[in-house]
This record gives sequence, C-alpha cells and structure tokens, in this order.
Amino acid sequence: MNILEKAAAWLLALLWLLPLLYATWAAFHPPAYATHLDALAPLTLANFEKAWSYAPFPRHLLNTVILVTMVLSAQLVLCTLAGFAFARFEFAGREIAFALVLLQLMIMPEVLIVENYLSMSRLGLVDSILGIGLPYMASAFGIFLLRQTFKTIPRELEEAARVEGCSWLVPLARPTYLAYALVSVSYHWNNFLWPLVVTNSVNTRPLTVGLAIFGAPESGVDWSVISAGTLMAVAPLLLAFLLFQRQFMQSFMQAGIK
Amino acid sequence: MTTKTWSVPYGWLLLAPAAILLVGFTHYPAAATLVHSLFSTGTAVRPSRFVGLANYAALADDPVFWQVLGNNFWFALGTIPTSIALALLMAIWVNGRLPARALVRMSYFTPTVLPMIAVANLWLYFYTPQIGLLDKLTALFGAGSHNWLGDPHTVMGCLIAMTLWKEAGFFMIFYLAALQSLPPELEEAARVEGASRWYFFRRVTFPLLMPTTLFVLVNATINSFKLVDHLFILTKGGPDNASNLLLYYIYQVAFSFFDTSYASTLTVVLLLLLGAFAILQFQLIEKRVHYR
Repeated sequence: MNILEKAAAWLLALLWLLPLLYATWAAFHPPAYATHLDALAPLTLANFEKAWSYAPFPRHLLNTVILVTMVLSAQLVLCTLAGFAFARFEFAGREIAFALVLLQLMIMPEVLIVENYLSMSRLGLVDSILGIGLPYMASAFGIFLLRQTFKTIPRELEEAARVEGCSWLVPLARPTYLAYALVSVSYHWNNFLWPLVVTNSVNTRPLTVGLAIFGAPESGVDWSVISAGTLMAVAPLLLAFLLFQRQFMQSFMQAGIK
Repeated sequence: MTTKTWSVPYGWLLLAPAAILLVGFTHYPAAATLVHSLFSTGTAVRPSRFVGLANYAALADDPVFWQVLGNNFWFALGTIPTSIALALLMAIWVNGRLPARALVRMSYFTPTVLPMIAVANLWLYFYTPQIGLLDKLTALFGAGSHNWLGDPHTVMGCLIAMTLWKEAGFFMIFYLAALQSLPPELEEAARVEGASRWYFFRRVTFPLLMPTTLFVLVNATINSFKLVDHLFILTKGGPDNASNLLLYYIYQVAFSFFDTSYASTLTVVLLLLLGAFAILQFQLIEKRVHYR
C-alpha cells in the first residue's frame, strides 16, 4: 500500500466521522458557533440542558430501556425453547414448522404495519410498550441461530448430563447468546417505524420516536440543541460500540449471514 | 428410547409460545393483507365489501404508485453498486498494512450502530440552504444557495449519499471476513509471478469474493425497500413525491389517508418483491454451499 492510498484511507475515515464530529462541535458550543468553526469558541453544556428540558428525554430513555430489556428477555426464552425443539426433538411437521419460522426472515414485522396495527387495537395494546415489543418476541433469526448452535453440541455431552435437563446447553451456547443479544439490543434501540405507528404518547414512545418529533424541521428547535439531543439518544449504544468494537462487528456479521 | 413417543407433544410444547406469536404477527397479518386487498375500505356509512381486484386496478392507475416504485428502483440503483464498491475498497484498506488500522475500521463501521433517525438529524443540517455545510462548500466555488432537499432533481441524490454513508461500513465487515479467509499463498504466488496489484485484484481477489458480492447485493436490495425512517425527518416523501419510497407510501396511505384496503394492496406488492428477493437469496446460499 503506497502513501497515497494510506492517505486516501485516512481521509475517507475522517469523512466518515465528520457528521458525528460536526454534531459534537455544535452540541458543545453556543448556537452562534454552530456554523462558525472557531478554536476559541467557548464550551457550553447549555444545549444539553435545553434538549433535556424541551423533550421528555428521561422518559423516552426509560421507555427504550424497558422495551429493549423486555424484548430481549422474551426472545431469549422463546428462541431457546423453539431452537431446542428444532435441534433435539423429532416431531411430526418439524420441517414445515421450521420453514414457516424462516418466513419471518423475509417478512419482517415492520412491513406488516397495517395489519399488525389492527391486531394491536383489537388486543387493546395500542400505545403500550408491550405492543411495540410483542411482534418481535418470537424472532426467526434467534430461533435459527440457536438451533444451529445446539446442533453443533455433540449428543454425547447431552447423554452424560441428561438429568440436568436443557440447562447445561445454555452455558455452552454463551457466545451465540452474546452475539444475538448485541444485535437485538442494537436493533430495538434504533427501531423506528413500528414504534412510531403503535405509540401516541410520551409514556410509551421510545427514544427514536421522541427524537424524530424533537428533530423534525417544523419543531423549530435550533441545530445546536438538536445535535445535543441526537448525541444523547445515540450515546449509550455508541459508547457500548466503542468499548466492544470487535464483539459488535462479529455479532453484526453473524446476524447478516444468518 | 422411550423419549421418542414423548417427543411429539414435547417438541410442539416447546415450540408453542414462539409459534403462537409468529402466527399472530407474521403469518396471520400476511394472509389478512391479501384478504383485505380484495375488500373496500369500510367507512361509517358504507361498510367494507368484497370488490375483487378493484384495488389492484386502482393501483395500476395510480401515478404515485408508479412514481414511488420508480423512486425505489433509482434509490436501489444509486445506493447498491456504489456501496458495494466502497465497502470493498474499505475492506481492502483495512485488511492491508495501514497505520491506525483499528481506528480507521471503527470510523467506517460507526454509522452502522446509529439509528437512521439520528443519521437524518445529522445530515439534515448539511443540506439546509445557506447555512448548511453543502451550500457553504459550493459557495467556495461561487455557486449560489440551493434547496437540496426541496428540489426534485437533487433530493434523491442527497438521500443516496446519506445511505451510502450509513451502509458501506456494514457491508465492509463481510468483505473483510472474506478477505481474511483467502489463502495468503495466492498473493505470494502472484508476487513471485510479478503480477501487478490491480491485475491480482481483478483476476484473483474479485472473482473469489463473488459469493460475498452476491450476498451483499441481495441484502442491499432488501434494505433499499425496508429503509424509510430518514424520510420522516428529511423530506416526508416530497417534494411532490420525488423522494417517496414504497414502504413510506404504505405508511402515508394507511395512517394519513386512512385507506387501509389500498395500503394492504400496496403491502402485497412489497411482500411479493421481498419474496422474490428471498428466493434469490436462498438460491445464492445453496450455490455457496456447492462452492465448498
């Protein structure tokens, strides 16, 4: 690799960080300096205070945390049971059932917003966090991933530890669980369309929906405050990524390949 | 073994909770979409009734539908080949002997972990007339202010640029994994033979990466139909539907115009498209197995 190519690689990396760097600049400086890059510009936290008070950020954050935790816990239980059934049991209709499960990889719940909204209103779950999470709890991807993992664990181990039921399988599949958890948390932290459709109050809206209302051009909030709000919304996930980069990339890759 | 006879109810018992939810929120709504597309939207005075293929006839006559489908096509064409090329370039760079390699790799991948809504917020400012970064850049070359997102000719380009930024780093990791699995002897042999780097890439690396390219291609295509969050912030499908995409149009028809039957009809089209891509994907995966 010659020096020109190295420079190009670095330049592209800088370009890729630019939107975030620029938002960070705007968020930590008074609005007058938002478009005026001055090394001597005074630093301030006022934009964060404003964003915090303009929109009910703590409530949105709480909603997102509840949503993500609820979805992941339900997914871990449901997908373990189903993945275990597919990997270790022989029952009539298993192949057809598995094909039907895989169908969800293609038809994601967000494509079916119209019908799922009707279902939620019949169930009385419109504008509830449970309503946001429910369509995602039985995850085809999770079932598939755990089935593959359980299948690679030799049956001899199972015979030896039969008394313990399936609890012994879970620790052996820990890397898979970790990868799946990262992808699931990232997905639901960032998910927007379905939460937007099914919620209509502050008490249920997750961060993304709150951020969309707050950041929409017609809201009239200035750029520095929007930057501060956006950074607050992405900070937890972004920090987690910076700390566990390798794990994130590997998990996302596993999720992509399926 | 005695477990065999017990297996049938046990298997289904373990499967039951997931199965109920999957049927309830995937299979049932997919079937209901198809059924509802054959009925008219009910109102207070006129209840819903069977109309056969009338909604599909309306669809064929709806210029917005065709425009939206065309937009989806241009959006896909604008994002896919470029993001594949960028992803491949990034992967090659990050796989090479590059100082501060981990930092560069992190920069490329970072947009992947951001929500599309936040990305749109960040980019909206670039495109704002007069004060936005893009206008400031063009002003350096003496160009006047331009309403990038308000002009039907430039709005799609703006969305494509942003999507490239968001997606290239994600596709990079697949190429990176593929590159790292290539045997190093190949490159040594090429060096001994005196092949140029470009020749080696064109004749050896790129063909060997073909399965990855096909895989990324299908995923990028599916994404181009699923990804609409940014429209809520940047354009709302405008100006005059110039940036509207199919899933966003479905949302508008269902939740702004309250025409659920027509929204169902549009959803059937989207499901058919996604189904076609999925079949393509399964065939690709089968091909990959044959390679091994």
